[in-house]
Amino acid sequence: MTTPSPSPSPSGAAEVGGGAAQAGASGAAAGDSGAAPQEVTITLDGREVAARPGELLIAAAERAGVYIPRFCYHPRMRQVGMCRMCLVEVKGPRGFSLQPACFQPVANGMEVRTESPAVKKAQDGVLEFLLVNHPLDCPVCDKGGECPLQDQTLTFGPGETRFVEEKRHWSKPIPVSSLVELDRERCIQCDRCTRFAKEVAGDPFITFQGRGDHTEVNTFPDRPFASYFSGNTVQICPVGALTASAYRFKARPWDLEQVESTCTTCALGCRMVVQSSSGEVVRHLGVDDEAVNHSWLCDKGRFAFEASTAPSRRTHPLLRSDARLRPVSWQVALSEVAGRLRAVLATDGPGAVGVLGGARLTNEDAYAWAKLAKAVIGTDSVDAQLDDGLPAELVAGLPPATIADACAAKVLLFLGPDPREELPVLFLRLRGAVRDHGLDLVELSPVDTSLTDLARASLRYRPGQLVDLVRQLLGSLPPANPAVAAARDRLVAGGGEGVVVALGRSSIAESEEQTVAAAGLLRRMLPGATFLPLLRRGNVRGALDAGLAPGLLPGRQRLADGGAFATAWGGLPGAPGRGARALLEAAATGQVRALFLLGADPLSDFPDRSLARRALEAVELVVSVEAHPNASSEHVDVVLPAAAPSERAGTTTNCEGRLSPVGQKVVAPGLAWPDWAIAVELAAALGADLGFASPADIVAERARLAPLFAGVTSAVLAGTVGRMGALLPLRGRGPDGELGEWPAGATGGLERLDPMAVPGIASVESQGAPSEAGVVRAAGPVVAAPVGGRMAAGDDGPAALLSWEPPEALPATPPVDAYSLRLVAARRCYDGGTAVQASPSLAALAASPALRAHPSELERLGVASGTKVAVRAAPGRLELVLEADAGVPKGVAVLGAVPPAADAPGASALVRAGDPVTEIRLETLEAG
Amino acid sequence: MARFSPENLAHARLLLSLYPEPRSALLPLCHLAQAQDGWLTPEAMEQVAELVGVTPAEVLGTASFYDMLHTSPVGTYLIGVCTNLACLLAGGEELLRHAERSLGVAPGATTEDGMFTLEEVECVAACDRAPCAAVNWRYFGPLGPDAFDELVGQLRAGALAAEVPAHGVLSRVRRRRGLATTTEEVAAERRAADEERAARASAKAAEAQGSGDGGSRS
Repeated sequence: MTTPSPSPSPSGAAEVGGGAAQAGASGAAAGDSGAAPQEVTITLDGREVAARPGELLIAAAERAGVYIPRFCYHPRMRQVGMCRMCLVEVKGPRGFSLQPACFQPVANGMEVRTESPAVKKAQDGVLEFLLVNHPLDCPVCDKGGECPLQDQTLTFGPGETRFVEEKRHWSKPIPVSSLVELDRERCIQCDRCTRFAKEVAGDPFITFQGRGDHTEVNTFPDRPFASYFSGNTVQICPVGALTASAYRFKARPWDLEQVESTCTTCALGCRMVVQSSSGEVVRHLGVDDEAVNHSWLCDKGRFAFEASTAPSRRTHPLLRSDARLRPVSWQVALSEVAGRLRAVLATDGPGAVGVLGGARLTNEDAYAWAKLAKAVIGTDSVDAQLDDGLPAELVAGLPPATIADACAAKVLLFLGPDPREELPVLFLRLRGAVRDHGLDLVELSPVDTSLTDLARASLRYRPGQLVDLVRQLLGSLPPANPAVAAARDRLVAGGGEGVVVALGRSSIAESEEQTVAAAGLLRRMLPGATFLPLLRRGNVRGALDAGLAPGLLPGRQRLADGGAFATAWGGLPGAPGRGARALLEAAATGQVRALFLLGADPLSDFPDRSLARRALEAVELVVSVEAHPNASSEHVDVVLPAAAPSERAGTTTNCEGRLSPVGQKVVAPGLAWPDWAIAVELAAALGADLGFASPADIVAERARLAPLFAGVTSAVLAGTVGRMGALLPLRGRGPDGELGEWPAGATGGLERLDPMAVPGIASVESQGAPSEAGVVRAAGPVVAAPVGGRMAAGDDGPAALLSWEPPEALPATPPVDAYSLRLVAARRCYDGGTAVQASPSLAALAASPALRAHPSELERLGVASGTKVAVRAAPGRLELVLEADAGVPKGVAVLGAVPPAADAPGASALVRAGDPVTEIRLETLEAG
Repeated sequence: MARFSPENLAHARLLLSLYPEPRSALLPLCHLAQAQDGWLTPEAMEQVAELVGVTPAEVLGTASFYDMLHTSPVGTYLIGVCTNLACLLAGGEELLRHAERSLGVAPGATTEDGMFTLEEVECVAACDRAPCAAVNWRYFGPLGPDAFDELVGQLRAGALAAEVPAHGVLSRVRRRRGLATTTEEVAAERRAADEERAARASAKAAEAQGSGDGGSRS
């Protein structure tokens, strides 16, 4: 972390770097100007209490253990003072008067009464008014039992009503989207959902309509609340007005069991709780984590749990016989795999075996599979990415930046995919940073994205010309336009100090060479800049850190430097193996004869469908370790059923390199096993012993051998690190001297956030019990990452983690073909992936693929938007609907990377693996 | 019909150009749409949303707040019978009952021929003519049952067309400036406003510069 913290932390703990300090500063009550006092004192119910300057009274009181009831206030949104529930008495020049605590910043010497008769009377009155039109249908309401209105009425309310008239009636419930239903009778007009939609998500498709007692929340007719974030409104609704279709009438809150976990739908790693009833997962709720998700989840992460109970779920080992996959016992499946694998190894050696995938696995699973592949089978041809990410050495070796660093950057240079489609909650964080403190965002992208409207400069490049644009930005080529020149001045000042580069692949129709070269240029020219890798798949960072990449060993070690592993594992592959593309090419020509797929679906996910098909057809033995069938299943010889998320415990690593726990809440169906156990049993069938009887054994070996995981013991994982998550490698020592424990107090210690931001059981426990209960969350990331991918001198633990040396040579700029369009293949949030397709709530939202191009291209072709056209590229020809989109520059066309249906045409049918760019030509179809 | 006619679209663009923020033109554009169709059709709200750069839901949210913007169809003549205190004492309630019988519709409903929509309204500030009714916001009163029927007859026959335009027509605004304003007049007005704004901004900048020197020393 290179950015110094703005001021010494209160406790003087020197361990905490910029990441933690900046995360603290992004909160509502940042007091970072040197002259301002660090603390003010207020008198709360006759007691002197310390508060932060500028903090809201309701938050200051809560930290001091005084719970002021509220409905509309939410710590992650602007206060509106609408519900009036938080009225307290504040002393002014003319004595005490009632003021809303959510709208009153604290001031030194402020005197506040929260339990006086006047306050009690105000609370009684507000609740009586709120209940005038609220149907008392709590026994059939999903919110009953965890309802802030119910709980706070019980604690603070009048007990009876004087209202005897007919209540207001609406038709109920009405769907505001296919995921969310609205019961307007229950609504108390707190403005939480509508505020979230407009302020946080930027999708104001629900608004207040009407006036007075006719006010309702609703959508525009036939325009549903189509937001990737709609499920958050259900979570923050303080009554039962908004309910999730997937959860309605499924369970009662007091029957729910929960475990804290981390979402692995994408690589952002949002913290959440998994709740189950009767042994079945029924919902996910976001947990407020300052470092990552600020309590929000995207709808994909919130509802994809449905996939684990889908009818298509793999529950038994399957063996192909007579061209059909038939259920067999584990013993038969494993001995079949071992026998055929032994035959391959005997004739062609370990180089003829490959392993693809692993991003679905936990870190411990991935470690076991890395050991199986590299030590037992002896192959280094292992790749967790399917040629759709970034080289593992680059990901691990660039100076790291956290999400908080990106949000607090002097300039955030964004080279990557549309975050709303690929890492949805990152979009919310960046949007919030732009909204709250004017983050200087410079976007480099081939087409308009969700960031375009937020960016101070959004610069376009034609696919294949990213390096040229970066060179213009850095001054080694003359700038093409004034916007580039202006952005350059802000970027290069101070050698890029304070600049964060968000780096990912904006399109899989280009090879990674342009992105890698751009990263190299930025690394050399902006030595002060840090990098946030934007990999997409759930635990891909953890899989790479566990050594599921060619040439790497667990803990960011090069194969060549792996002396400790060679000894402990009893041998390592002699030379670096093949990456995904080389592996599939070798498979297509018969050099690779056995292939393991760890939740990988090359036919859908590999950028070149034709190569993937040729490879899968040529390989003699394809073993798929999977939870769901996918497009590649027809080529699979043996299926080994694996446990899905929430069916096994362990850890995961998000895109910034933060380790956090995934919890087990339910039992895997049928005979499905956790992936580590499959690795152990397969090793046993091959006559080897991995030495793991439980994930704890893996944790212990990993902490001993892998320098990145030094100190990550079972004991540490069971403590603060296990609950809060931590950046790796661990630095800093806890109060008891244990490596990796967070120095308490460094960013203000543990903090209780609004219990209504963490509903569920926690809210039941906390609403009526003002000070004691409630979920406790940290205010910041736990420990700082080292500079430059290396441990700082003098720290505990071994020294050398790998660092990435950018290549000197720049790739050639592919020449422009005036008759072709350059293809951009970007992923969509709702696509053909199994998480979406196996979840009934989400599958219907996946849109059919259409090719989008600038209106002038349609004019040139002489077709109207929505016409089907022929698309020709090097590997083949497709027929696609062509749509006009002014957000796509001329000379470029956009197609979703993974189509919603396995048999539907997608971009991978047009891409040839390794080509720097994909040129396509459009032709009209013959009439008739 | 429901989207703006070419002529009204040109007016809409003029209205938009009068404000620094396009969003500020939301209500004037709603009035314009209502003037065109008699009520705010969903298509019109969608077009207003496009023009001012908000979502249709936000247009509906704003429009539905105001009683004089109608988001469901109304007749050519919107008859609002006052039942507030002064009118009530003078027979407003009876007038409303008579209106219901006479038009054959309940308050809030429209006659089958689409001519009349009946509404019960609060005080319209015409207590000197109690019991009174407002027809497209033109006041009539005091109205007995016979006078009411005669008024309806005249409206139906078109005898009051000059005095009471169809619902939504912004005739009062049009008389003053509004929609009858020529393009040149609007352009001139906009120029003047721009100049004034520029003058204000430069005066402010000069002032800031003057005080800025002092500020940098402190």
